[in-house]
Amino acid sequence: MMTTLSPSSRAATRGWSDITIRNLFVIPTVAFLIIFNVFPLLYSLGFSFTDFRASSKADVNFVGLKNYADILADPVIWRSFATTLWYVIVSVTGQFIVGFGMALLLNRPIPGKGFLTTLLLLPMMLSPVVVGLFWKLIYDPSWGPLNYFLGLGKTAWLTDPALALYAVAITDIWMWSPFVMLLSLAGLSAVPKHLYEAASIDRASKLYTFFRVTLPLVAPILMIAIIFRTMEAFKTFDIAFVMTSQPQAELISSRLYKMAFQQWQTGPASALAYIVLIMVLCITNIYVKYLNKAKER
Amino acid sequence: MAVVSSRAGRLGNRIAIAAVIVLTLIFLSPIYWITSTAFKPLVMATSVPPTVVFEPQITPFVKLFTKRAQLTAPVTPEVYDAAPWWEKLVLDGGERLARDGKGAVVYSAYPDRFINSLIVSIISTVLAVSMGTITAYGFSRFKVKGEADLLFFILSTRMLPPIVVAIPMFLMYRTVGLNDTHIGLIILYTAFNVSFAVWLMKGFMDEIPKEYEEAALVDGYTRMQAFFKIVLPEAATGIAATAVFCFITAWNEYAFALILTNRRAQTAPPFIPSQVGTGLQDWTVIAAGTVLFLIPVAVFTFLLRNHLLRGMSFGAIRK
Repeated sequence: MMTTLSPSSRAATRGWSDITIRNLFVIPTVAFLIIFNVFPLLYSLGFSFTDFRASSKADVNFVGLKNYADILADPVIWRSFATTLWYVIVSVTGQFIVGFGMALLLNRPIPGKGFLTTLLLLPMMLSPVVVGLFWKLIYDPSWGPLNYFLGLGKTAWLTDPALALYAVAITDIWMWSPFVMLLSLAGLSAVPKHLYEAASIDRASKLYTFFRVTLPLVAPILMIAIIFRTMEAFKTFDIAFVMTSQPQAELISSRLYKMAFQQWQTGPASALAYIVLIMVLCITNIYVKYLNKAKER
Repeated sequence: MAVVSSRAGRLGNRIAIAAVIVLTLIFLSPIYWITSTAFKPLVMATSVPPTVVFEPQITPFVKLFTKRAQLTAPVTPEVYDAAPWWEKLVLDGGERLARDGKGAVVYSAYPDRFINSLIVSIISTVLAVSMGTITAYGFSRFKVKGEADLLFFILSTRMLPPIVVAIPMFLMYRTVGLNDTHIGLIILYTAFNVSFAVWLMKGFMDEIPKEYEEAALVDGYTRMQAFFKIVLPEAATGIAATAVFCFITAWNEYAFALILTNRRAQTAPPFIPSQVGTGLQDWTVIAAGTVLFLIPVAVFTFLLRNHLLRGMSFGAIRK
């Protein structure tokens, strides 16, 4: 019965077909992600409409949209959102200024440049929680090196309500400016040299060249860096959580953690989690658009 | 920037290089500070003014691995002479090592937490990279219905704030008894990293010319053989870079570990800050634990330096 097989169908029966392999390679991963990411989120969506408390065995009651309404009426949560927004602005702006500035400085032939860049990248690879912990040592008001070397007296960085958020942002800027620097450098080195030559033949001023040649060409990659850092800053938990317990510096992730795992308000916490989730997905969507644009270039 | 030939340009260049060096030193100073604290005598860790020059010692590392108690009376010379060198370091500091009934040294919780971190990070990395590699190959070489949407979905799972996912995971794990287990944490880290691995590996896969496999298929290889014998070796660098990224992410992860583990399976990130208790704390010991924890990441950062950009941008930017 084997005689009628054409060469092409013989190739198709040799091993698994491409479709089988595709399904075998793609479906398990997608299924795994659905089971461990989507399913839990559906589960908590259900809880967000109840008064469930994970710490008690009391009956769970359906409360409709009450949790969402309570959250929107809760000044503490509004303050957390406002704090988070301000934190994102301060920390991302700081990272942009420091990171882009360093990239401009580094964008020239420097002996041992590769080694210097690698050293600068070290902070962002470290565990945020451990970074937060050792910055606590650096910020210590009475014996910390920061106050001493900068002559700031006994500035209580992490316990002063007015300063705590900035102290956390400074640490975050320290960690992540190198990231902006790295992306900016990639953008800067991709600017064609002949454009600079043309600009200098035209006797364009340095400033003019920067704003009219460099910046527009680096802008797309800078956007990626900024959106990505915005998203990450919005989600910040570890650093802020270990560094300070000042209510004025409480970010939305910390509020969520406290509601869910310290006060055990599982239902309301799930509702708040959903609000945060939708915000993050919106930023992710914008981010992916820019990523795809960058890939097409 | 472009052609630097004028004298003013050369001077500007020198100033820029000097600024870069100063900035690098400022950037590294916090890391220097924590590292040096790990080698300081206890009194110098929190001295005013801060101690910069000192004779390094490894006592903090001995303390990190042991449990100790205050000496109530001075040790006799015989006991002191009989003690090994590392025990002498502790005795010099006015403390004695805690020993169990049989006289064996009682270890602190640190080595256990460190090993937990290793177990969870390594296993979840292997799983995430294996799944990520084959899925990336699937997306790279075959038509998948709704590919863009699926890839966005995969990436978005990575972007979820950990606390948001941790609430339902905690409840589900509690129901099935996975809280505070290695397996529970491994599954979660795998799920977290697999999306990243798919995105990064897809970029690497797209770079391998299809012609390589097609030639192999013509030579009589099956698709699977071509994948294992042609594609995987070609993708080795990409796989290694992805693995290092996944490892670092799992190694550094804090929120899930804080919520889903407390003793048995607790990893180092939630453990290290929990040592900072109330009252007088020994910062040299905390610094020693921190430095040991940071060493693997520092080593990997150097190995990975040429792929960092690509990894951090989810494969969008190639060098």
